Amino acid sequence: MKKEILYSLKSPYRDNLDVIGCRFGSGKKSVAIVGATRGNKIQQMYICSQLVRTMKRLEKTGKISPNCEILIIPCINYYSMNIGKRFWTMGNTDINRMFPGYDQGETTQRIADGVFRKLEGYEYGIQLVSFYQTGNFLPHVKLMETGFTDPADMERFGLKYGIVRKPRPYDTTTLNYNWQIWETKAFSVYSNETSGIDDVSCSEVVAAILRFMYSIGAITEKSVPGYKTEIINESDIYQIRSSAGGIFRADVPTGSPVEQGQVIGRIIDPIDGKTISQITTEYAGTVFFEYNQPLINESTMCFKIIV
Amino acid sequence: MIKTVTETMLAVNEKLRIQKSTIKNGSEKKRICIVTGTHGDELERQYLAWLIGDELRRNISLLDGTVDIYPALNPLGIDSITRGIPQFDLDMNRVFPGSRNGTMIETVCSAIIDDISGADICIDVHSSNIFLRELPQIRMSVPTSETLLPYAKMLNVDFIWVHESATVLESTLAHSLNSTGTKTLVVEMGVGMRITREYGRQIFDGIFNLMKNMGMWKGDTVEPRRPIISQNSAVGFVNSDADGVFLPEVSFGDYVKKDDVLGNVLDPLRGEIREVVRAVCDGLVFTLREYPIVYGGSLLARILTIDDKTVKGGGEI
Repeated sequence: MKKEILYSLKSPYRDNLDVIGCRFGSGKKSVAIVGATRGNKIQQMYICSQLVRTMKRLEKTGKISPNCEILIIPCINYYSMNIGKRFWTMGNTDINRMFPGYDQGETTQRIADGVFRKLEGYEYGIQLVSFYQTGNFLPHVKLMETGFTDPADMERFGLKYGIVRKPRPYDTTTLNYNWQIWETKAFSVYSNETSGIDDVSCSEVVAAILRFMYSIGAITEKSVPGYKTEIINESDIYQIRSSAGGIFRADVPTGSPVEQGQVIGRIIDPIDGKTISQITTEYAGTVFFEYNQPLINESTMCFKIIV
Repeated sequence: MIKTVTETMLAVNEKLRIQKSTIKNGSEKKRICIVTGTHGDELERQYLAWLIGDELRRNISLLDGTVDIYPALNPLGIDSITRGIPQFDLDMNRVFPGSRNGTMIETVCSAIIDDISGADICIDVHSSNIFLRELPQIRMSVPTSETLLPYAKMLNVDFIWVHESATVLESTLAHSLNSTGTKTLVVEMGVGMRITREYGRQIFDGIFNLMKNMGMWKGDTVEPRRPIISQNSAVGFVNSDADGVFLPEVSFGDYVKKDDVLGNVLDPLRGEIREVVRAVCDGLVFTLREYPIVYGGSLLARILTIDDKTVKGGGEI
């Protein structure tokens, strides 16, 4: 493994922000993997660290394919991580809304530019991402539909679900979108945690990425078998929003099969303890996402069901 | 009359409520919307909203039409000194047009769009952030400029910045309204978390001038300033290359020559100057850094070049 500083930023009173990359193998740029672009993405950094550990073992035992180079960046914005912030320390801008970056631009544009230059030219790009709203969801891979990446490639991860998302205007400055514009086939992998550590979900995502790398021939060690991936359009997922504000209680965990008309959650009045809303599903299916905070506002996405 | 645009239950005994003040008089059907407060740290427009409401209430007989004032589109952000929407860390001005069946914030944004749509004109007032101070200006994209420029010239601003359109800006309130036929002008002025009375009065004069031209105001108005109209290429950006403490050597609104010293980036620990910051072109300093701590890349100033691509002078509809 070659550990190198991909981009460095000076600060008036802190150590430099050195974005560390871990390179394995050599030759053709095969896969680049990016972990935390935000300060709260601890799980995403953790997954990368576990991948680095595994890749070191694979490299030592000669199981990285010849003429294949793999780059892993566990964490870009650790400045914010170290002070408990989600976005950039000073301007609160989001590095993952600054791609492809601009070397003469503002600070986070420069960071995005510096990192993106090192991420260009890879055949595949994998970004570990999180949902903006906190909740539990089944690990899955997502593709931003630009016409460049083949959705069927998501099957290589062997995760249960592959979601195709139609990009919105605010998606056009993300790493995933720009990777594809610069002709890297890009995927976003979602693990069931963001600011904490979930070992089970971490192992599942690490196995999925190793499976993907084996499938494209970047590594030679076969990973544990995965699922036959079901490819779904994001717009086809049935979403349930809360009809009231209060204390939220989910009655079923993510991954559960549910029946049409089943009560799957409740909203309780925080003052008198009365149930003010029963959350029922109109369709039978599998609980894909579930809100996990104790308090909930009205019109908050609380369940997503794959029907 | 105070009206509720939309309301949503929060978790504990409270509603997120977006309100507007509707001030109406006479037989004229025209409606103007003054929208402020998408960013919770931008407070300049609070004074402007108050000024307009105060003037209209004291001289209601001079109004012929409807004025809707929305002082706080992001009340939770204003309450908590948060630019975005607290809890979600979302920039509200990247969620429009929202969705009637979406999340809480998307439904709020959708209701706001529904309420404003159909107005004869909407003015979306911003006041930079805590980092930069801005001269009163109007910003618009090239595709909207043909429609909006005649109105913008009446608003008593110092200049109008016509910039290239960017896909990411398609999620703003102004883009959403303009693209569905409600003419919307974006005003930028001042600095975050502060109120500059002078700028509030300046835009106040501009809005009443606009209303007079639209046949909605029968009172006296001031002759508007004749703004400089700038294309994107005529704006010079000055970014810091060093980290440290920026101390300007020019004043806001100064005219500078290329290579003039704009300020220094200081290293207080070592007592050194890390960077002498110079003007990248001749022109007017219309943006100047207010918050002194900088990183490499921090925006320090914007300079408006006065050349053959800029147009001086206002006009009528």
